[in-house]
Amino acid sequence: MNKPVFHRVLGSLVATAALIASLGTSAMAADDWKNPVLDTYPTSTVVTSGIDVTDNYVTVGQLHSITGTMAISETGSVEAERLAIQQINDMGGILGRKIKIVQEDGASDWPTFAEKAKKLLVKDKVASVFGCWTSASRKAVLPIFEKENGMLYYPTFYEGLEASKNVIYTGQEATQQIIWGLDWAYQQGCRTFFLIGSDYIWPRTSNKIARIHIERYLKGAKVVGEEYYPLGHTNFNSLINKVKLKKPDCIYSIVVGGSNVSWYKQLNAAGITGAALAKKGKLLLTISTTEDEILGIGGKNVEGFYACMKYFQSLPNENNQAFVSAFKKMWGEDSVIGDVTQAAYLGPWLWKFTVEKAGSFDIDTLAVASEGIEFAAAPEGYVRIAKNHHLWSRAKIGQMLADGQFKVIAESDDLIMPDPFPEGYK
Amino acid sequence: MNTLLNNKLTGNKDQTVSFLILAAVLFVFFPLIFDIFRLNMVAKYLSLSFAAVGLVLCWGYGGILSLGQGVFWGLGGYAMAAFLKLEAAANIAKEAGSDQIKALSTIGLPDFMDWNQITELPYIWYPFKSFPITMVMILVLPGIVAYIIGVAMFKRRVSGVYFAIITQALCWIMEILFVTRQGWTGGINGITDLRTCLGWDIRTDSAQYILYFLTVALVLGMIIVGKLILQSKLGRLLVATRDMENRVRFSGYDAADFKIFIFCLSGVISSIGGAMFALNVGFMSPKLVTIEPSIYMVIFCAFGGRLSLVGAVYGTLIVCFGRTFFSELFPESWMFLMGTTFVLITMVFPRGVAGIVEDYGPRLLALFRKRSAGAEDLRIVKQAGVS
Repeated sequence: MNKPVFHRVLGSLVATAALIASLGTSAMAADDWKNPVLDTYPTSTVVTSGIDVTDNYVTVGQLHSITGTMAISETGSVEAERLAIQQINDMGGILGRKIKIVQEDGASDWPTFAEKAKKLLVKDKVASVFGCWTSASRKAVLPIFEKENGMLYYPTFYEGLEASKNVIYTGQEATQQIIWGLDWAYQQGCRTFFLIGSDYIWPRTSNKIARIHIERYLKGAKVVGEEYYPLGHTNFNSLINKVKLKKPDCIYSIVVGGSNVSWYKQLNAAGITGAALAKKGKLLLTISTTEDEILGIGGKNVEGFYACMKYFQSLPNENNQAFVSAFKKMWGEDSVIGDVTQAAYLGPWLWKFTVEKAGSFDIDTLAVASEGIEFAAAPEGYVRIAKNHHLWSRAKIGQMLADGQFKVIAESDDLIMPDPFPEGYK
Repeated sequence: MNTLLNNKLTGNKDQTVSFLILAAVLFVFFPLIFDIFRLNMVAKYLSLSFAAVGLVLCWGYGGILSLGQGVFWGLGGYAMAAFLKLEAAANIAKEAGSDQIKALSTIGLPDFMDWNQITELPYIWYPFKSFPITMVMILVLPGIVAYIIGVAMFKRRVSGVYFAIITQALCWIMEILFVTRQGWTGGINGITDLRTCLGWDIRTDSAQYILYFLTVALVLGMIIVGKLILQSKLGRLLVATRDMENRVRFSGYDAADFKIFIFCLSGVISSIGGAMFALNVGFMSPKLVTIEPSIYMVIFCAFGGRLSLVGAVYGTLIVCFGRTFFSELFPESWMFLMGTTFVLITMVFPRGVAGIVEDYGPRLLALFRKRSAGAEDLRIVKQAGVS
């Protein structure tokens, strides 16, 4: 009586096994590479701490969300890191060793990030990890990186208040994005500011810094409103009414993720467009909307608004043109490259330069050697790692265009110092 | 003695055997084959299995499908995490000159409170300064929440799908509450970087071994508690309420009381699991109290067989291992494999792992004993019901 059931089970098991086997073989593709500089850099000297470095290969981890709600944002970072690693491998690798990637899926779930980070460090013994996107995922893995002594290259602009020996922050911390941008808005004649954010740590910390800067350091300027909405919020009409009532010179927006779509569309519907604001000498400045988000919002809805970032896809320098064309060649002509994607691209390169300077893959050595590492050919322009493991970089203001790209209209004269624990902003 | 153990604790011989096998697997087999990294992972899974054990009681036997077990699980987890975080904050306050200190405006306060411009410890955090009170809170908090919901729902005779939807809404409320009150709860980041418990470093290998065995002992303890209840008159009344509530009521019992009791108990069992999670993983996140993990808990229970307390643990372990195994091997396509597995299992084995054991176990045993599987054996096992 149970025989047919048993057969069905057997059949399905065979089918699953076949599926697994076919997926497995596609993942296995290793070429045989011989290290040409092995005599100069023997394995016994370049690694002493048990991480996975052989004569010919070095293993790194890649830990982003490939599934779940964050996948749409993190895909750009995954692709940029892959591109950088491939370019480095094509150049002969690092200390003659080609890079092998172990990819793990954080699944947009912070506890999963923690589990996978531990797996990469403890089981795979990777030499470094490129990964994480949200602050929540970074906070989840940070204790693991510190305990197991790993090195994380983290690409996203974030709230600061952190400087770990085991992390290199390739994105901007809050002050790098905010202060110069507010000064720029002030120069444009803005005196009243309305601060808006999604309700979590990054927008809250950023707006705290913005408020202090406006009230303490910009003469005659003031904050006329500060509002927060939950992540994923879609109804901004009451907020838009408040904005209309207060008539701020500058709408300062740190709305994040999917909420962006409703936020800008409803602004448009209420008649607050880039052109309408410009007529009155007002503007909207954001630090959370990149090319990636505009893809979802639609360029028409954001035309004429401004963003303060350190990278735009339209940057005219040669490094960037080479980067954009290489990226499109690898990932398709329709690819869009935002600020974080570029920052993720820096990770593998900065790691390569640090390892080559130190002549070692050991984490403790890299943590010290990172200070002063330069990347002159970075797509965003020259960057340098500071002692606090953040990057010196230049901020830029871009004006949003109908085609979803930015027109770069201003750039800071100097490299801006990363200052994750800003003294005057407590 | 042996018969007493059989009758009082576990009901019958087959159940005793399955319980002892589980105990042997958890206490001996896993520690032998896994290194501490994997064993810690098992401890994490087992922390989730508490919720599944609770669901067997309240869904399998009480007939109350709760899609909100994550809420109770999360209350326990957050209570434990709150205690550990206060200890961590006190430890940080002792080190002078570190970056962690420089980042703080109010020293001695958990870091996330400081980031949210809170300068004094909120009153709701006061109980978690003390270890004994925290332990009491882990048991009492979910009990109170479950009691309020239970009274409000069961006394009004809300049941079935309606109750399930309400518990699901509860999850959502919990998530919004925990994410938006970030000064009190750590918001979307959760409560991270928990290092010591009463001065004992919970991140070391030896501590993780001890915590593993503690978790195993507690899971087995919960199973025994569950079995004791199911063997009692109360257990039979529960099953009666599930199958024919009106008849129970006609017999003069207030059926709602039994439902409230079992709902509260399953909440408390879940909560203990949450607390063990915070200790095993060193971190608590609002991602764990939302709808998705609550649904997962129901899947664990269904996968193991919703009438089997032992099966609930196996169900959790198999689903979690599958999740880890598939996602490590195929990071891009693991979700499809998980989904396929769920569909196949529900189609082919609607009674879960316990059903497989019940159907095929006796035959295998018979083969093992080199004795033909008589109809007699099968009948006895089927009568026993619970495995």
